[in-house]
Amino acid sequence: MAPARKLITQPGWARKPRRWHAFLTALLVLPALALTGCAGAGALGGGGAGVQTVTVAIVSNAQMKDAIDLVPEFEKTHPGIRMRFVSLSENQARAKITASVATGGTEFDVVMISNYETPQWASFGWLTDLQPYADATPGYDPQDILPKVREALSYQGHLYSVPFYGESSFLAYRKDLFEQAGLTMPAHPTWTQVRDFAAKLDNKQTGLAGICLRGLPGWGEVMAPLDTVINTFGGSWYNMNWDAQLNSPETTQAVEFYVNLLRDYGEPGPAVSSFGECATLFGQGNVAMWYDATSVVFALEDPSQSKVVGKVGYVPAPVEKTQHSGWLYTWSLAIPKTSEHKDAAWQFMSWMTSKDYMHLVGKEKGWAHLPPGSRTSTYEIPEYRQAAAPYLQPTLDAMNNADQEHPTLNPVPYTGIQFVSIPEFQDVGTRVSQQISAAIAGHSSVADALKESQKYAQTVGDTYKGAAK
Amino acid sequence: MTTTIEAATAPKRAAKRPEHGPGSRADGWSRRIPLLPALVFTFIVTQLPFVVTIYYSLQSWNLVRPGSRHFVGLSNYAQVFTDSQFRQVMLNTVVLTVGAVLISVALGLLLALMLNRAFPGRGVVRTMLITPFLITPVAAALLWKTTLLDPTYGLVNFVLSPFGAGKTDWISSFPLTAVMMAIVWQWTPFMMLLILAGLQSQPADVLEAAAVDGASTLGIFREVTIPHLRRFIELGIVLGTIYLINVFDQIYMMTQGGPGIASANLPFYIYQRAFLGFDIGQSAAMGVVVAILTTIVATFALRLIFRTFSGKEEAA
Amino acid sequence: MSTSTVAPPAAPTSTSEPTPRKGSGRKVILAVVAWLVGIVFVFPVFWMVLTAFKQEADAYTSPPKLFFAPTLEQFKEVLGSGAGPALLNSLFATVVSTVLVLLLAIPAAFAVSLRPVGKTRDVLFFFISTKMLPVVAAIVPIYVVVNEIHMVDNIWTLVVLYTAMNLPIAIWMMRSFFLEVPGALLEAASIDGASLARTMREVVLPVVSPGIAATALICVIFAWNEFFIAVNLTAAQAGTVPVFLVGFITSEGLYFAKLCAAATLAALPVVIAGWVAQNKLVQGLSFGAVK
Repeated sequence: MAPARKLITQPGWARKPRRWHAFLTALLVLPALALTGCAGAGALGGGGAGVQTVTVAIVSNAQMKDAIDLVPEFEKTHPGIRMRFVSLSENQARAKITASVATGGTEFDVVMISNYETPQWASFGWLTDLQPYADATPGYDPQDILPKVREALSYQGHLYSVPFYGESSFLAYRKDLFEQAGLTMPAHPTWTQVRDFAAKLDNKQTGLAGICLRGLPGWGEVMAPLDTVINTFGGSWYNMNWDAQLNSPETTQAVEFYVNLLRDYGEPGPAVSSFGECATLFGQGNVAMWYDATSVVFALEDPSQSKVVGKVGYVPAPVEKTQHSGWLYTWSLAIPKTSEHKDAAWQFMSWMTSKDYMHLVGKEKGWAHLPPGSRTSTYEIPEYRQAAAPYLQPTLDAMNNADQEHPTLNPVPYTGIQFVSIPEFQDVGTRVSQQISAAIAGHSSVADALKESQKYAQTVGDTYKGAAK
Repeated sequence: MTTTIEAATAPKRAAKRPEHGPGSRADGWSRRIPLLPALVFTFIVTQLPFVVTIYYSLQSWNLVRPGSRHFVGLSNYAQVFTDSQFRQVMLNTVVLTVGAVLISVALGLLLALMLNRAFPGRGVVRTMLITPFLITPVAAALLWKTTLLDPTYGLVNFVLSPFGAGKTDWISSFPLTAVMMAIVWQWTPFMMLLILAGLQSQPADVLEAAAVDGASTLGIFREVTIPHLRRFIELGIVLGTIYLINVFDQIYMMTQGGPGIASANLPFYIYQRAFLGFDIGQSAAMGVVVAILTTIVATFALRLIFRTFSGKEEAA
Repeated sequence: MSTSTVAPPAAPTSTSEPTPRKGSGRKVILAVVAWLVGIVFVFPVFWMVLTAFKQEADAYTSPPKLFFAPTLEQFKEVLGSGAGPALLNSLFATVVSTVLVLLLAIPAAFAVSLRPVGKTRDVLFFFISTKMLPVVAAIVPIYVVVNEIHMVDNIWTLVVLYTAMNLPIAIWMMRSFFLEVPGALLEAASIDGASLARTMREVVLPVVSPGIAATALICVIFAWNEFFIAVNLTAAQAGTVPVFLVGFITSEGLYFAKLCAAATLAALPVVIAGWVAQNKLVQGLSFGAVK
């Protein structure tokens, strides 16, 4: 049998490897030339003597995207600084930033955190004290920051992160549908009233849901609005002895109210609904009321996203036993202690959270795009007052009435309105939210869900008893 | 010339090959050398993390409670076994993996059979069928959640609504099924390709001989095709299982493990412990437990079921 | 398992169809069914591409919209958000790791198939066992180690990890292809006195080259779409395409049309590679007829 010689003349196979290998080599060499010696393509175009690179970990929301678009303006006026961004979805960003900062990672010079992390991380010594920087920067005016927000981002009287964006919660409703049905939304509605309205407006035939509420598991998903409902019904997560209160009568009443409201007059698929789903439903005209963040206005008042622009009214978060119940949440920028470019980082941060930045956004992107809920002066800009007229006052009121230090009817050992400001909350809050979500889906009863939740919460509460917290 | 393993040969250890050169020591080493780079590389890159993971699993370390790190020996492991949720999650993982693998193999078989015959545009159809495997899993999962399975806007409900079944909330009511659908959609092309290759490498003369002998189509399929395909199906099951035990993206994007933990699998559960609870010791211990369990199951499964490992094969 | 096959063919044909018996009626039915199945199966992808051209308000409607005013806005935004570095990084990590995988796997597979030693079974098991530890459990320990050696956010870290990730699969697959090499050729080569290198180059590689292409494509797909390791071990410099994609998911806003645009762009390179190579893939896999 003819050996090797015959093989080389086999059609196709022998020739293809050559062409294929050449192609592959080319494919390898070209990027290799560019990248060998670099850590990655993101580093291209940077550096040079005297240029500092500041790396920012940021959460990808619309306002942050605007900021990234406007960064060339910053780089123009600060030629020695080069900006790099890592933009991720909220959960990914939070996980990544926490892992990095907690283990002393050095990838980031600026991290976007919130009023949940700031006091805790400041107490751990993970963040740079920003008060000296803020005080030493002319025109920065840290006193201009909304008071409740400034409080929330401080530790021992010093600012440890600066707010870029702040929100509270309120109730959005379809003015036209209310008018048609002959209903009037009071200036300070209660949850009982809201349920009443939902019952009257809900119409399964035409596919109109009375109300849209979050139900997706997650400590920042369903737990955010639910915690505010619990607070205003007189419940809480813990009492002063760190006994978990999740199946106390008040909390049980609150959770039953929320779950039943969703089951009776809520949107389809509530157990996996979050902001996006409700925004779509409301924007398409399939929902009469929506209780969620004050930032709903960005989805509802944007013609490219919503069909009900101009038909939406806004009232404060519904209450029952308390005066106010809106939550408080800010996205803020902080500098990890391990950063090697603190001054450059501050220059960027102060630019991005300054009064001038607001005017820049207004001119370049439109006045409706201003990041809300950070500075009092923003709300005094005439162009903004005009562009944001439908929701300006309700938003400002909500921000000014959200007291993170005293969230509940009765005193509690923790701070935080829609969360409990302890490190364990991400985990226990999510576990509890999974139980609640199962109840919303009808897979379990509220009583059972709360019984399980109580166990989780008590395990955590026990570790705080006796501790000097 | 080798014989294929269909012949019931006595089990032979795949080791000794006296006819290939001297069985000397030098030859033994020259056989091993090509293997060494891959072996050494894999060993270093994978075992180092494994050892580090075990090291951390013996500590109690919560990232967001600084100063809490201390050695606790095996207590993390004890906690894993007393965690009632862990058991449920393990069950979910088994159901999901077995279901997804079997369904995608079955579907892949059907599709491969369909593609095995010539018809106009076969290449185009084959291309269409492969595409799901090429899309990034994160995007594909989101596609399923929003475009297909959404109760109000989803296409599945839209298509079913003329039949009156158009308001099902798939993701809340049937979470594990919904996740399985998304996974099967992406992995069926992979199985299909493997099996198609098997079908198309059937020796034509054997098939003709059987047909000439008067065997029915079904008979041919059963007696000739299936045995030949067994290898490919086995390879598909092995590879599919190894990957699907670790499936993560679909659960993360579609259901977040909910409602409750109805659709949480082991990787997702571990992820939550590591990145929500930031309990590195606990999640590391869970990972090690999963690795050990998988290894045990795999050892038995591979030896009992697959010829590759029962030593019944030889190289050409 | 009662039949014993005749001596296997040296060159499997790529289409071995039974002679058409029942006539064109059946064929038409088959064609119709096949096309229907294909279209239904690929429909979500088609819808994804369609949605990429929609405004956010049109992305979610009841009933779903097939006709709408298309816009390129989403693509513009995606491309303007720094897609370039992500694409380059993905390209680099994928190509380099796949080349490395092939360089390591081919000799290894050769060793365990054509010239096996006693511990073949254990070696194969070892390779597959490296995939049994869930990455999620190991990622923080890995991150800590990588941080210690200052290799966080470095594309080479990804290259190394992707190589280790794909190597077991490549070895298992390549081994099957090597088993396909007809023994007669090897015998003839050794009788001819060819050295190992020459045997490899002139006898073995030509036979298994479709198999190499198939394995390479699988490795490319897995490396290109890998998300979890990339998102945890990279930051601004070495971010890859899946990480870039996830950056379009916002928690308080509508993003689906944008995400579809980003996903379409992200899938393009792999889809094109897959389409072009799928003939080779089938051919290659058929050569890898595992025996």
